[in-house]
Formats: sequence, structure tokens, C-alpha cells
Amino acid sequence: MSKLALLGVLSSAVFSGTSLLYATLGEIVGERAGIVNLGLEGVLLVSASTGFAVTSLTGNPYLGVLAGVIAGGLMNMILGYLVLNRKANQLASGLALMFFGFGLSALIGRGFVGAKIVGLPRLALPGSSGLPKLYASLLRFDLLIYLSVPVAVAIWWLLFRTRWGLGVRAVGESPDTAFASGRNPRLIRYQALWLGGALAGVGGSHLSIAYAMNWTEYMTAGLGFIAIALVIFAKWHPLYAVAGALLFSGAVAFQLLLQSSGIQVSPFLLSTIPYVLTLVVLIVWGGRRRVAAPASLGRVYQGAE
Amino acid sequence: MIPGGEGTSSPSPVLSVRAFVKRFPGVLANDSISLDVAPGEVHALLGENGAGKSTLVKCIYGFYRRDAGELLIDGAPAEIRSPHEARSRGIGMVFQTLTLVPALSVVENVALFLADLPAIPNLGEIAAELESLGERYNLKVDPWAQVRDLSIGQQQKAELLKLLLSRPRLLILDEPTRVLAPQEIRGFFQVLKRLVDDGLAVILITHKLNEVLECADRITVLRQGRVAGQVARVDATEAGLVRLMFDRDLIGSPVSRRATEAADGPPVLELQQACSRGQGAETSLERINLIVHPGEIVGVAGVSGNGQRELGELILGSVACIQGTKRLFGQDFTRLPIGDVRRVGVSYIPENPLVMALNPNMTVLQNMAITQTRRYARRGGLSIDWQAVESDTELAWQRLGFRVASYLPAQSLSGGNLQRVVIARELSHDPRLIIASYLTRGLDVQSAHAARSALLQARDQGAGVLLISEDLEELFEYSDRMAVMHAGRIVGDFRTADADIYEVGSLMTGSQLAYAEHS
Amino acid sequence: MILLGIVLFGLILLISGNDPIQSYRDIFVSTLGSAYGLSEVLVAMTPLLLTALAVALPSRIGLINVGGEGQLYMGACLATWAALTFGALPGWLLLPIMVLLGMIGGAAWAWIPGELRARGIVSETISTLLLNPVAPMIVGFFVFGYWHSPMDTNKTPIFSASARLPTLFGTRISLGLILGLGLLAMFWFVMRSTRWGLEMRGLGWNHQAARLNGIPTRRYVVGVMCLAGAVAGLAGMVLVSGYYGVLLANFSRGIGFMGFLVSWLANGSPLGIVVTSFVVAIILTGGNLLQLTRDLPYSVINILLAMTLFVVLARPSFIRKRAEP
Repeated sequence: MSKLALLGVLSSAVFSGTSLLYATLGEIVGERAGIVNLGLEGVLLVSASTGFAVTSLTGNPYLGVLAGVIAGGLMNMILGYLVLNRKANQLASGLALMFFGFGLSALIGRGFVGAKIVGLPRLALPGSSGLPKLYASLLRFDLLIYLSVPVAVAIWWLLFRTRWGLGVRAVGESPDTAFASGRNPRLIRYQALWLGGALAGVGGSHLSIAYAMNWTEYMTAGLGFIAIALVIFAKWHPLYAVAGALLFSGAVAFQLLLQSSGIQVSPFLLSTIPYVLTLVVLIVWGGRRRVAAPASLGRVYQGAE
Repeated sequence: MIPGGEGTSSPSPVLSVRAFVKRFPGVLANDSISLDVAPGEVHALLGENGAGKSTLVKCIYGFYRRDAGELLIDGAPAEIRSPHEARSRGIGMVFQTLTLVPALSVVENVALFLADLPAIPNLGEIAAELESLGERYNLKVDPWAQVRDLSIGQQQKAELLKLLLSRPRLLILDEPTRVLAPQEIRGFFQVLKRLVDDGLAVILITHKLNEVLECADRITVLRQGRVAGQVARVDATEAGLVRLMFDRDLIGSPVSRRATEAADGPPVLELQQACSRGQGAETSLERINLIVHPGEIVGVAGVSGNGQRELGELILGSVACIQGTKRLFGQDFTRLPIGDVRRVGVSYIPENPLVMALNPNMTVLQNMAITQTRRYARRGGLSIDWQAVESDTELAWQRLGFRVASYLPAQSLSGGNLQRVVIARELSHDPRLIIASYLTRGLDVQSAHAARSALLQARDQGAGVLLISEDLEELFEYSDRMAVMHAGRIVGDFRTADADIYEVGSLMTGSQLAYAEHS
Repeated sequence: MILLGIVLFGLILLISGNDPIQSYRDIFVSTLGSAYGLSEVLVAMTPLLLTALAVALPSRIGLINVGGEGQLYMGACLATWAALTFGALPGWLLLPIMVLLGMIGGAAWAWIPGELRARGIVSETISTLLLNPVAPMIVGFFVFGYWHSPMDTNKTPIFSASARLPTLFGTRISLGLILGLGLLAMFWFVMRSTRWGLEMRGLGWNHQAARLNGIPTRRYVVGVMCLAGAVAGLAGMVLVSGYYGVLLANFSRGIGFMGFLVSWLANGSPLGIVVTSFVVAIILTGGNLLQLTRDLPYSVINILLAMTLFVVLARPSFIRKRAEP
């Protein structure tokens, strides 16, 4: 296949991979504190629609991203209230949040279906100016994409090199021990959820403002669940998540590559790769060693919380 | 009672306890206990399980509130209301369950508990300090290792280091060598030596005589909540200590022991060189040889945690027998599932009824039926004959002389009632082999007597019984033969009539490592 | 407290320029006020009964099945294959085949998580969650690749008449409703009276004691998961055969998850499931009306649904739950 087409696909993979990465990073932070958010899909939809709406209204895509970020944080606060204050079941609360997100995003985006916006400005990839015009035009990425890897590194640093991050991880492993060390597990979980929601908000608004540049219902198309799978696949580690996001969203590019060598693979089957791969990896780990899930999260998955 | 050493040459004590009293419902755990701990000294607290050692130190550490008595720190009266306060007073405690987060590294665990940790901690600095402390006290642990990758012995070292970083003056160690391998124990003693050489005071809780004789400077023996005696190391002898620990009056003549050893029929249980592999904190069983004949009660003595639970589960089939054989009623059952074992007539009274025998959400009646679902099923499984369950249960209550209301959910029952339900269930339907683990735990005197009588009844009707217990009195009174377990092995096996309580006590506490091989 | 949810949703309606009182009135009138409305509610209720049962059954032995969505798709998939391949067969032959295949499809999809959990490798919560999105993609693969009708690529040709579940009394209520109610009744009977029900209750959330008591734990874990999958698969078959009459890629937007919530709200009790699905169905059906008369996107009804859920989840103190560990 032509290099141009391949480049086009790779470019597209980078765009969608960025949304995935932000969403995954957000979920990693929350899960590290011991809270799993099955409603991530809903959070992404709400931030996508909110961001799009604000961008359309104000004409300023940066404001739109900000709105999306805040929306994401607020959505997670709902989960936080239910799980932390009212001691509700995490899985059920997350699913309820998902349905809420379905409806709320539809309501918010209702007036903006088909609207045209000025998306996030795209900057040329440094060093691509020497390439022919067509190629270079595919290598233009927006600010959020360029920031995605630094942000992942920042999240890694936050979790593993700061006192707050140590507290978050301790809470996610053993809330009782964290409490014994003088910390307030509930407060820390709220903080983690807020940060996680904000990051998911970046992912959601990136999708509608920078990538697709429109709004349709259910436009995230399962991105939330892919992110949840990616969190497991990346072993709750922000840096592995970068590689994983590339891998998961690069599946499409892979399909076209195969196609060009004459092998027809259905895009549907390729879309199953993130999930199947994660499950396979889990099975392999299960044989050798326990899954490295934060310990109190494991209790959620076994129905103890 | 030998009064505590008023050391003329020893420095003034770091900690003193005067006439401590602590009551729990139904139990006087600490009855007027007094002792002193001086700096640079290892003061051992010796005693059987239930003697009151843990309770005492938990009172000192601020976990419990004592009911009476005085606490003195450096000679002045003091109050400790919480572990946090204890720590700020320079008292550190290492529990049997460690307070480490397994998924974090040692450094991170230590950092977690540092009071003045900066927002961006310098883990390298902390690691260096850990290493130098480790050097000093021979507590070498890789600071960057994840706690869950460390052996239990190393985890313990990490826990100690964590405490030492805050420079305590008194360390309380609760049965620290319970989880250590023999070669690690030696190293542990060296660590203790270095700590006290540095001026630390140590309270060491243990039930192991050899440890005490090895490294303690002073020994306080507790028995049934009281101080049975206090000796300095120089004056202590093994025999003397055992006497202080186990001195009890044996009640008259034994109830009813079989005069002959004639066995009628094949042994109900025969384990030959049976081995099991324990996961994590479980004990591995090594080359167990055990025979139970019909119409015989075999007692298993030993401090809890030395493999008794694993033995019971091995026989039941829940723990895999990786080597050796297991025969029930003459047939090989080494690899057969629990359902088959139970159906052939084996009953199991486990040590923790709520977790291991009963479903908390079901009623008593339902729990009574759960081990015999096939027996009570009618019409191919479509219905359960609850009438039959009720009448069988009624029969059981009558035989035992106590009862529990049938329609109560199990989780609402007290510990004693849970035990009664399990006993009633497991002794129904004429089992041929009964594995009874801590049969009378939580029972009042009357119910305990009733339970034991029921066991005797079963024995007289030809059942074989394996009676696992910590109560030596009970074992001596009711068992025909006795085996002693220590560290996953059977270290003694003899007829009760020939047994000497002090010898058994010694075997239990591991001071006599040579054991009698089964002939 | 349900009132609170209703008030909140009303607020939202208000903000978006609709009259909440009128909207609520519309919902109730349209659903409960007419025979047609009521029948539509029952139609919406049918798949919920089944997907909720698919969650309630494993929950009795302490298993969490979030994979109803995927199991539903696989059931629909296999049933569709039968419908397309054997469309010429008479109904009395074809339908049982489709029912059977639907159940097999769902059961197969739940079997993997069951085995993994029985062997202690992966928790069934995670494995069912992961397998969920894979099923619609497999369906999409078949529909887009092989099964689609000449005119639309995203759905199959309409099923032959013999492949359609018969409906009742000229409404759109399919036999599925009877099947659902029947299975729930069986579930109630089994749990209450039979030996297996007793053993399952013995398993409950305490697998350790159950094992020591001689109950074959592994067998139950795998068996119950497969049964649950079969029921969810049946829901899928009922949807494509009884309701839609075609297999449309992405035909379910969370019905499986809705079943999880229904079962959870009803605490796994069969009667509770019937009542709760009825109530949820009213909300969903009413939502259709909202779209038609108030030009709100259908999805908005999810907000009302979610609000109600939030309120119940927030657990005002006088709601007692059956013992959760």
C-alpha cells in the first residue's frame, strides 16, 4: 500500500490513541487508589459533548477542553460520593454512572449535532517540514497529542515519586495500613477520583474537539471499556499505558498493513485485539503470579466491596 | 512465686508494670501482673496460648485499656492511650501480622510511616539510612525489594527496621520466631543481641523454651493470666520453666480409657509418610505417620499453628497429599475429593466454625443439612425432606443435651452456639471417623462436657476419633493415645497411660527435637 | 427518595426547555394508560427479565457476572445463523433449534470466565467485562461480512416467518415473556426447594466452608456461569427473533448492563426482578414517547433511569439489603 495511506492510518492511530491514553491514565489514577469506574464510557461521553458544546458556543477550543476537563472531574465526583460516602457497590455505581453519561451527553449535545467547530490547532511535527506537502500535512498534531506522553510521565512521577502518590498507592493496596500511617483514605480517594476524572475529560474532549470535530451520540464507541482493559494490560503503570495505547489503537494500522500484503482481516476481529490480548495476558499471569492489581481493588472484583 | 529481680546492679527500668488487670467478658486475661524491663535487657514473656501474654503487651501498647494497675515509664507514672502515643513514647511493637504493604518496596513502606516526610521524598536517603541501620544490627534487607517478594523472615526484618528508624527505647516482639525457618532464627538471635547491646530494652513473647534459654536475660512465666514465676536466666532450667508453664493438677483418674489395644477391623485412618505443601503462611506437613483405630481416641497435642489445621484438612481431602498415602477404612483415599471422604463416614469439626463449616447466611437448620444433601434429597433432588432434617437435628440436640434454635441465621449466633451447631451436625449420622479440632473452644463447662461425652459415645460405638486440642488436660483425660505436633511433624506418639505431661509439654515447645519414630 | 430522582430529572427537563409535569404525565399515560402502552412496557420488560436472571443466578453463589451484554450478543448470533440457514424449516422445528442455539451461544461465552474463576486464574468480574465488547464485534464480523441483506450492510435480511417467535394477542409481546417468567419461576423453585438450590446456598459467598462440607465447588462455579450465559443468550435470541426480526449490528445498547442493575436493585430475588424490570420498562418505554413528542433524543431517558439508580445506590438508611459480605 502506498506510504501515504499508511501514514494516514498511523496518524489516525495517534489521534485515537491519544484519547485512549488520557482516559487510561485517568482510570489508572483512580484504580491505584482502589476505585474502579465502570462508568468511564459515560464520563468520556459527557466530557466530549460538553467540550464540543462549549467550543461551538465560544469558538475557543481551549475553553472547550477546559470545560471537558471540569465535566469529567464532576462526573467522577458523583461516583466518589456514592462509593465513598454512601458505601455503594462500586460496579453498580459505575454502571449507573455510565447510563447517566449516555443520557446527559445526549442532552448536552442535542443542539450541536452537525455543528462545525474550529478544532484544536494542529502543529507540524518538528522535522517534518522537509517532507513533501502531502506527507507533512498528515504529520500535524495538536497540543494535547504532543503533551500526552509528557503527561503520562508526569502521572508516573506523581504516583511513584511524590508523597501524595505514595499515599494514593498505599490506600489502594491497604486502606487500613494507610490509615494507620495517619492518612485519610477517603480524602485521598476523592482527590484521586478528581484527577482521574479530569484526565478522562481531556481524553473525551480531545475526541470531539480535536479528532472527530463533531458530536454524535455514543461517539466514544467503547473507548471507556478499551481503557479499562488497557489499565489491566498496562499493569496499572502509566508508562506501560503509553505503549499499550499505541498497540491497541495501532491495531487498525496493522490491519491495513496485512491487507496490503494480501491478507484480508476483518476490522471487527482486529478491534477485539485489546480485549482478547488483555485476557490472554491475565491468564498467563494467573498461572505464574497474582495479577498486580492494587489489593483493595482486587476485593472489588471478588465482590467483597 | 519468685519475686521479680530487684536488680541491685541493673539500671532503672524503662518500663514497669504494676498489678495489671484486664478482663474480657467471661475471662480474666491478666490478673495482677507486675514486671520490669530494664534497658539493655531481653525480658522474655513465656507461657502457653491463652496465658495472657498478648493481652498484656497490647495493654502496654495502648491497644486495650487496662482495668487496673499502674504503668511506669522511667519510674514515673504514665498513660498510653493509643499505639500512636506508644510510638511517640519510644515504644515499638512487632505484631504477628506485619503492618507492611506487600506491593510497595521496603523503602516506600518505611517512608509511608515517617512523620516528617517531604512532599517529594528522597527515597535514596531513606534507603541509605536503612542500610546503615541494617549494618549495625545485622538486619540486612534489600531496601528496594518489594515486600511481597521477601521471605517472611526478611519481611520481619523490614518491619523491625521500620520501627528502628524512629529510635525506640523499648521493643515488644510478639512470637517473632513463629514464622522463621530454623536457620533464620539464629540470625534473629544475633539481631536481638546487637539491639540490646545498643541499650534497647526488649520484651520477647514466646512459648519456645530454647529461645528463652538462648537469649533472654530475665524470664517471666505467665500461666492462666497470672505470673507463675520470674527468674533470671542464670537461675533458669528447662525443667523448672516447664513446671512453671504447665503445672496443673490432673483430675483424679482418667474417665474411660480403653484397657486393651486390640483393634477391631482395619484402622479408620492410616497416614503413611504423608506430606503436603503449604502455601504462603500455611504449614507444610512432613512425613506424617498416624494411625487411628476404630473405637479409639487419638489426641493431637501441640501449640496451634504447627500444622494441626493442615493435618485435619489433609485427612478430609482439602489439602493435597503430595507424597505418601492416606487410607480410610482400609481403602486408598489419597487422591479422592472431599465429597467422597465425607460420604464414606468422615466428619470434620474445624477450628473456625463460621468461616470453615457454616454458611453465615443460612439458618441453623439449613446448615445442618448441608453436609448430607444427598441423604435428604427426594424425588431425584427436586425436594429436600426437611422433616427428616428436623427430626435428625432434634435427635442430635437430645443426645448432646444442648440445643440451638433452628431458624436463626448462622451469622447471628455467638461463637459458642456456632460450635454447638457444628458439633451437633458432625456427630450425627454415626460417623466412623471424627476429626475434632479444638472441640470445646468457646463452650461453657456444661456444653464442653456434653460435647466430650458425645465424642466418647461415638468412640464406644466403634468410631475412631482424632482429637486436636491445645488443652493438655482434656487430651490426657480423654485420649487413648497421643501424638504431638511441632512444625508440621509428629514429634511424639505414645499411649496416654505412658505419657508424661512434662515430656509432652517439652515436645510441644520444641525443646526436644528428637522424636520417637513410629515402630 | 424516588421522588428526589424524579424531581431532579424534572429539573433537567425544565432546563432543556420542556415541561416536566407534562412529560411525566405523558410517560404514565402513554405507558399505563392504554392497552397498547402496557403491552409495550411488557415488550421492553422481556429481555430485562432474562438478563437480570443471568446476573441473579451466579450472584447466589457469590459470582459477579457483568457479561450479560456479550452473552446476549452471542446468543443472538447463533440464533441468527440458524434463522438464516434453516429459514425454510417450519416454525415448530426451527424455533426450538434457535432457542437451543441461543442458549448454547450464551453459555459458551460464559463458560470461559467460569473455568477461569473455578481455577482461580482470573476473577469472573474482569473476564466477563473483557469479553463483553468482543461479542458485538464478532456479530458485526458476520453481519457485515456474510449475512447482510443486499440493501443494508449493517443488518441481516428479515427473518422468515417461521423464525419469528410468536406474539401474543396481536401485540408485540413475544413468547419470550412467558419464557422469562417461566425461567424465573423455575429459578425460584430450584433455590427454594431442591437439593441444588440448597447446595448453591451453601456455597453462597463462603466457598471455603462449602468445599470442606463436601460441595463440589468447581463444578457449580462453571455450571452456574454456563447456565447464566445460556439465559442471557436466550435474551439475545428473543430480541432478534421475537422483537426485531433481524439481526442489527449493535442492536443492544446496554441491555445486558441494565439486567445487572435490575438484578442488583432487586437483590437477586425473582419476584423483585419482575417488579423492578416492570418499573424500568415503564421508564424506558416512556422515554420513547418523550422522543416522539418532545423531540428529545431517546437516550435522555437514561438520565431518569440513572437518577433513580443513584438514589437507590445512595441507600437511605431504611433500605435493608440482604446480607452482602
